[in-house]
Amino acid sequence: MPINDMTLRIGGEAGQGVESGGAGFAKALARSGLHLCGIPDYYSRIRGGHNFFTIRVGEAPVPATRDHVDLLIALTAETVARHLDCLSPGAAIIIDEAQPIDDDLRQARDLQLLRLPLLEIAKREGSEVMVNTAALAAAAAITELPLDAVMGVIAENFAKKGDEVVEANRRVAEAAFAAAQAALERPFSWKLQPIEAPKRVVINGNEAFALGALVAGCQFVAGYPMTPATSVLEYMATHADQWGLVVKHTESEIAAINMCIGAANAGVRAMAPTSGGGFDLMAEGLSLAGMTETPLVILLAGRPGPATGLATRTAQADLFLAMHAGHGEFPRVILAPHTPQGFYEAAIRAFNIAERYQLQVIVLSDQYVASGIWTVDADAFDLENVPIDRGKWLTATDLASMESYQRFAITEDGVSPRAVAGSDPKAVYLTTGNEHREDGHITEEAGITAAMTSKRLRKLEAARADMRGPIRYGPEDAAMTFVSWGSTYGALSEAVDALNRGGDSANLVHLVDLVPLPAEEVRAALASARKVVVVEGNAQGQLAQHLWAEAGIRADETLQKYDGRGFTADYILGNIGG
Amino acid sequence: MVSVKDFSNDIRPTWCPGCGDYGIWNALKRALVQAELTPQQVMLVSGIGCGSKISDYMTINGLHTLHGRALAVATGYKLANHGMKVICVHGDGDGYGMGANHMLHAVRRNIGIVDMVQNNHVYGLTKGQYSPTSRAGFRTKTSPHGALDRPVNPLALALSQGATFVARGFALDLKGLIELMVAALDHRGYALIDIMQPCVTFNKGMDYDWFSEHTYRVEDEGHDPSDRMAAMARAFEYPGGERIPLGLIYRTEEVPSYEEQVPTLAQGPLAAQPLRGRPTEAYRQLLDELA
Repeated sequence: MPINDMTLRIGGEAGQGVESGGAGFAKALARSGLHLCGIPDYYSRIRGGHNFFTIRVGEAPVPATRDHVDLLIALTAETVARHLDCLSPGAAIIIDEAQPIDDDLRQARDLQLLRLPLLEIAKREGSEVMVNTAALAAAAAITELPLDAVMGVIAENFAKKGDEVVEANRRVAEAAFAAAQAALERPFSWKLQPIEAPKRVVINGNEAFALGALVAGCQFVAGYPMTPATSVLEYMATHADQWGLVVKHTESEIAAINMCIGAANAGVRAMAPTSGGGFDLMAEGLSLAGMTETPLVILLAGRPGPATGLATRTAQADLFLAMHAGHGEFPRVILAPHTPQGFYEAAIRAFNIAERYQLQVIVLSDQYVASGIWTVDADAFDLENVPIDRGKWLTATDLASMESYQRFAITEDGVSPRAVAGSDPKAVYLTTGNEHREDGHITEEAGITAAMTSKRLRKLEAARADMRGPIRYGPEDAAMTFVSWGSTYGALSEAVDALNRGGDSANLVHLVDLVPLPAEEVRAALASARKVVVVEGNAQGQLAQHLWAEAGIRADETLQKYDGRGFTADYILGNIGG
Repeated sequence: MVSVKDFSNDIRPTWCPGCGDYGIWNALKRALVQAELTPQQVMLVSGIGCGSKISDYMTINGLHTLHGRALAVATGYKLANHGMKVICVHGDGDGYGMGANHMLHAVRRNIGIVDMVQNNHVYGLTKGQYSPTSRAGFRTKTSPHGALDRPVNPLALALSQGATFVARGFALDLKGLIELMVAALDHRGYALIDIMQPCVTFNKGMDYDWFSEHTYRVEDEGHDPSDRMAAMARAFEYPGGERIPLGLIYRTEEVPSYEEQVPTLAQGPLAAQPLRGRPTEAYRQLLDELA
C-alpha cells in the first residue's frame, strides 16, 4: 500500500479548469508537506480538445513524471479512453456518473471505477463550473487526504471572486468528498498523508526565471506574448510597480529587442522573454546588440516545429537557433538550466555575465520546464543576498581621473570599461552598429575592423571562465553514459537509477552551460565514458553536433524525441540500445 | 552657454554637395543651442541611411541603430532615462517603410521623442530606388515601370493615430526648421517633424527649385494648429495635391506622455534607481505568493 508515492492525472476539455484545478491540488499537496512534479499537457485552444495535468507525488523531491497513472480524474469520457492504457493495476478512475463509460473496464483491468454525481453536486451546491472542485475533492477522499488540505487552497484561489463563490466551492467539495467516500467499494491502494516539512514553494521554470530576474535587479522587460514564455512577461508586469520595473508589452519582438537595446544603453538591466518565432524576429537586433556590446538577457523558451509548430508543446529544437541567430560574428553566452532552481540561478548569472562581458546571454528553456511545476524548499531562494556584478563600470570618480573616455577601448580581455552615455560630461559618445573606432565613431579602416572584430570575440574566451562544467549523476564508472542538456535531466536521472537498480550500469553527464562550451570540463567528465549516449528533444542531434564541433566528442548513440512531448524515464528505458 | 561648436566635431560628412542633410544637421545643432541643451543631455537615435549618420558628425550621445528600428531603440532609451531629450533621426524609407509600424505605436503611446524624418522621397545610400513617399509612377531601378505604390501620407497617418505634435519642415528653410525643432523639443510626448529635402543625386526631379515652388507656410494662411480637423485637411494636401504645407500642422499639450503614466518612473529616471535593497518583507512576499 504505497503512501505518498503516486501519480494522479486530471483530464478534460480546455475551459473545464484542468490546469487551474491541477495546480490547486498541487498546492494543497505541497502544503501537506509532500513533494511533487506537475506537468500540464494542453492544446493551443481556449475551449474543447483534450487537456490533462499530471501530478506525481513523493516524500522526496520528484524529478519528473512517469508514464503510469494511479488515479485518473476524468472530467470527460474521452479522458478515460485516452489514458486507459497507462493506468496501473488497481488504479481508480473518478468520473461523473452522467459520462458514458464502458462498464467492462473494471473487471478487465483491475480498475476501480468511481462514477460520482459530480456535476449534479456542483450544480446543486454551487454552479456547473465547480465540477473540477468536486472531482478534486473526490480524489482527496479516496486517497484519504484530509479535506482541510484542499479547502485552504479553495478559499485562497476563489477569494477574489468573493465569499459566496468560496462558500459554494466549499459546499461542493464537502459533498463530493462524502459521495466519494461512500462510493468506494474497497480501499484505494494509494494514500496521501500530510507530513511535516519546511516551507516550500510550488514553482515552474518561468516563475523561477522571473523571480531570479527580479532580485537580480532587472529593471526593464520588453516582450510580446508567445507561449511558452508569456508568463514571464506577465510576472514581471505584475511586480513592476513594487519592484521598480518598466515592463513593455510591445508591438512585436523586433520592437522588444530594440527597446531593450535602448534601455540597456541607458544603463539599466534589460531582458526580453520570448519563444522561437519571436526570437527569429529578434535576430537583427541581436546582431546590433553584439556590435554595440550591449548587455542583454534573452529567455528563449522553446516549442516544437518550424513556424507555429505545436504552440503549447515542448522541444529542445532551438539550440542551433540560439547559437547562430544574427548576422556577422559576435560573442554570446548560452545557458541551459534544467530545474526551477536552475532557472532562478541562471537569471541572476545571466545579468551578471551580460554586464561583465558586455554581451548577450540567452537562457534556453522549453515548454516542459517553463510550465511544469515542482516543489522547492523556500530557503533555496536566498533572495536578499543575490550577487550583482556590473562588470567594468566607471563611476564619475573614475572618469575624473581619465583624460578622455573611449567607450570601445581595445583591451586584453576585449571588455571596454563602461560609462553610460550621458552620465558624465566625459561620457558623451556615439554607439553605432557600423564598425567603429575606440571612440565609437564610424570607420571602414581595415586594421581597426580586424582589431575590433577580435576584441569582441575575445570576450567569448574571457566568458569561458564563468562557464560551469557538466553536472554528473550516478556512479563514477558505468557501461553507458547519458549526455544531455536542459529539461531532460529529471527523466534521465531516474532512468539512471532504474538501470543501476536493475543490474545495468549507467551514469549521466548533464550540460548546463552550452556556449561557450566549457570543453575541458566536458572532455574530463567524459574521459572514461565507455559508451556515450546523447539524449535530447530534437531530431537533428543539436547537442551531439555541438559536442563534436567544440569538444571533439562523438556520440556512440543518440536518443532523440521530437513528438512535442517531454521525456520520461519510462520512455528512455524503453528506447535505449535500439 | 553652449554654442554650435559644442555640438560639432572634426568628422566631415559623407553627404553629396548640396544634400538636404546639411540643412537638417545645421538646424539641429542650432535648435539644440536655442533649447539650451548640452551634448550630455541629449540622446540622438538614428536609423540607417545617409542622413542617419548625422550623429557621427556631431559631439552628442548617439545610438546609430538599424534600418527601421530607431524609434523602438529610442522608446526603450526614453523609458530607461526619461530625463534625457531623445531625438530620433531617420529617412523616409527607414521611418515610413521599415519602421512604419514602430511609428504608429510611438504615436499612439505619445512617448516623449522628437521624431525627425528626412523625407527626400528616394533611397539615397543604396543608390536611387523608390521610397514609400515617392510619387506613383516614379521610375527607378526597382520600379522600371514607374512606382505602382501610392505614397504614404505620414502626417495624416500620425494624426489619425492621435498624434499630439505634427509638423513639416523644409531642409532649405533653416529658420523655420529650427523653430519647429525647438518647439518639438519642448513638447509633451511624441513630436513628428516630416522634413522635405532634396536628394540632389538620385531624385533630380524634386530639387530645391521644385520644393520652393510647391511649398507654402500654413501660418501664412491663418492655419490654427490646435484644430485637429483643419490639420487633417492640411495633411491631405500632400501627397496627392501640388501644394506642400510647411510649418506646425497640429499641436496639443493636453495628452499625457507615456512616460508620465508609468508608475515606476514617478520615482525618477529608471537608470538612476537602485537595483536592489527592497524591504525584507517584499522578498518574503515573493516566496509567499508561490507557497
